[in-house]
Amino acid sequence: MSIATTYRTCPRSGLQFESQAEKLMLANAVAAVVFLLIGGILAIGVVLTRWPSIHWLEADTFYQVLTAHGIDMLIFWIIFFEVAVLYFCASTLLRCRIATPKIAWTAFALMVIGGVMNNIAVYQGGSSVMMTSYVPMMAAPSFYLGLILFAVGALIACFVFLGTLVVAKAEKTYQGLVPLVTFGAITATIIAVFTIVSGAIILVPTYLLSIGVIDAVDPLVYRTIWWAFGHSSQQINVATHISIWYAVAAIVFGARPMSERVSRGAFLLYIVFLQLASAHHLLADPGMSTEWKVVNTSYFMYFAVLASMIHGLTVPGAMEVAQRQKGYNKGLFEWLRKAPWGNPSFSGVFISIIGFGFLGGISGVMMGTEQLNMIIHNTIYVPGHFHATVVIGTTLSFMALTYFLIPVLFKREMIAPTLAKWQPYLFGLSMYGFCLVMMGAGTLGVSRRHWDMAFQGSALAYEWPGAAYMMMGLVGVFGIAAITGGAIYIYVTVGSLLWGKKLDIGTVSDRPTPVPPTAPAAAVQTYGSSGLVAPGSFVLALIFLAAFILYYFINWKYLSQLWGLS
Amino acid sequence: MTAISPPSDRLWWKHPLDRVEGIWITIAFVWCMVMFFMMIYWHMYGNQNLSTETYKTTPEMFTAKAQAMVDQYTVRTEVDGAYPVVAPPAGADVYMIARLWNFWPILQLEKDQTYRLHLTSMDYNHGFSLQPANINIQIVPGYEHVVTVTPNQSGTYSVVCNEYCGIGHHTMVGRIYVK
Repeated sequence: MSIATTYRTCPRSGLQFESQAEKLMLANAVAAVVFLLIGGILAIGVVLTRWPSIHWLEADTFYQVLTAHGIDMLIFWIIFFEVAVLYFCASTLLRCRIATPKIAWTAFALMVIGGVMNNIAVYQGGSSVMMTSYVPMMAAPSFYLGLILFAVGALIACFVFLGTLVVAKAEKTYQGLVPLVTFGAITATIIAVFTIVSGAIILVPTYLLSIGVIDAVDPLVYRTIWWAFGHSSQQINVATHISIWYAVAAIVFGARPMSERVSRGAFLLYIVFLQLASAHHLLADPGMSTEWKVVNTSYFMYFAVLASMIHGLTVPGAMEVAQRQKGYNKGLFEWLRKAPWGNPSFSGVFISIIGFGFLGGISGVMMGTEQLNMIIHNTIYVPGHFHATVVIGTTLSFMALTYFLIPVLFKREMIAPTLAKWQPYLFGLSMYGFCLVMMGAGTLGVSRRHWDMAFQGSALAYEWPGAAYMMMGLVGVFGIAAITGGAIYIYVTVGSLLWGKKLDIGTVSDRPTPVPPTAPAAAVQTYGSSGLVAPGSFVLALIFLAAFILYYFINWKYLSQLWGLS
Repeated sequence: MTAISPPSDRLWWKHPLDRVEGIWITIAFVWCMVMFFMMIYWHMYGNQNLSTETYKTTPEMFTAKAQAMVDQYTVRTEVDGAYPVVAPPAGADVYMIARLWNFWPILQLEKDQTYRLHLTSMDYNHGFSLQPANINIQIVPGYEHVVTVTPNQSGTYSVVCNEYCGIGHHTMVGRIYVK
């Protein structure tokens, strides 16, 4: 089968880009960055209002800005970027033309239209319902319609990705198995299909409610199904950014997975168990039984947490093994000290791994423990947790990958490399601080999504302790630092794309060069019996476990001092 | 064969694993089981477990029950008569209405006594955030949630709404006294 397209081999990376896929990746990545820019500007309004001594915006503007910030960041920025990553994992890694490019462009158009429509609805006022849009609080019909169009576009993009895998198999552009990173992308896609279908099941009736076709949507049913969409969409991010971790380990170090069996097995656990996490949001709700809550909130006995703990060892472990093979063998941590800390692709991913595990992972399990949830539900601890997962985990990984893609996909020399070198540190470490103080304030009970912690105008106002005010002030300080880091990322990315020096595009051919078959790796035979190939990563994992256990039981102690509840 | 190139060996589930991975998976698995059974253990032996007793209700039905309690047990009023302070006997069913934008009425409970606290919303979702104890429960309209509470310290507690419920959300605070 001959399709009129061309394949470009990048002289800097050796990767091969099909021309349609390349344009699609570029378009989706640019759309993603535009939404990141909008969401970042909105973030200024959010943090400067929650900073008690500034308290900048009026209540109605604040809730409007917070709604748009959540949706632009959590949905539009991340999913546009994920579509680019999916096309990369299928078309580029398997050296295959993209299936049905016209349909892929239709998907892109739907996503852009949906994203713009939803944003306009929010800025018009009357749709300040937060990302969760719990019924019976209603937004304008175009708010829901925008989300639905976007979701349909994203669903089509998932099928284009799957179609491309089929084409690659049929046209034999590679031999053996799909790479681990593509396997992770398949995991993300399977979760995405489930997620988007859940979203459709609940948003379509809500849209019909908003235009008066149906009378009511049950609030509890809405919450249950909405979270099968809302939480699972974050699991797409997890699968995607862990794939990026493996990809960056491969790109920077030439690292291979320590064991395909372990890493792929962990991705399979995600497919099987991650979707149960809707329950995390319903632990403080009436209606669901205790058994339902316990089984679902723990992903059926924490098997998805197990998977994340496995990746948390095997990603740095893969890096460690690669570094040790280069001779960085001294002690436990020479491999890490001699890592390329000045390369933002590496530093971004490493800061992402540590922050995602220690801050996002541990706090997520606390909130997802049925009883402990009562001391956390709807406090600002919750955004503290998900900024650690979605910003430090996902967004920072996407940023790290972008620095690799600027010369490779954009074919431009990076402008301001020194700024880029420092960006992951500024952005990542200030987000560490940001998440920690939010969790601190949340532990004292401060509410999320709340305009005024002084309760002005309330007859029965409550007075928060001084420490809560101090921590909310620090939320503002760290928030502004992180926003500055985000602005540098956008400046470097957009600046490179617009006025970076054009680089050699490499050789162009009208047919793909299949991925050369790899000889059965020597490592596969030597691993396993040698034992303890990554002792440094193992020690890091044990430190993580110790922190996890300690903090877990501190929270139980705290819970045990509360009012009796039964 | 890096993570971004296809492994030639198709049978990935037969690849050997390193001892580091094997040991870590075992430890992580044990820890996951500890966390899972900890929740069950606390249901058997712990004192803080959220009830799931729930009934469908309507604003009219619930208001009637709350009003009956207020008529019977009001001991005084606060905020120029806007809030009755209700002191039901130990063990009683007590009702708290969440609505735009207040919790009604004010409750007065006794320390170390147990009450059946009924919660619902008249309109949107609201949040029952008891401060400074920091107990947080979702309030969903149409559903009457019955939570058995035993205050363990006397003092003045606030109930902060911590589910976004519109422009007056930040003014929505209620109160519970524990004697």
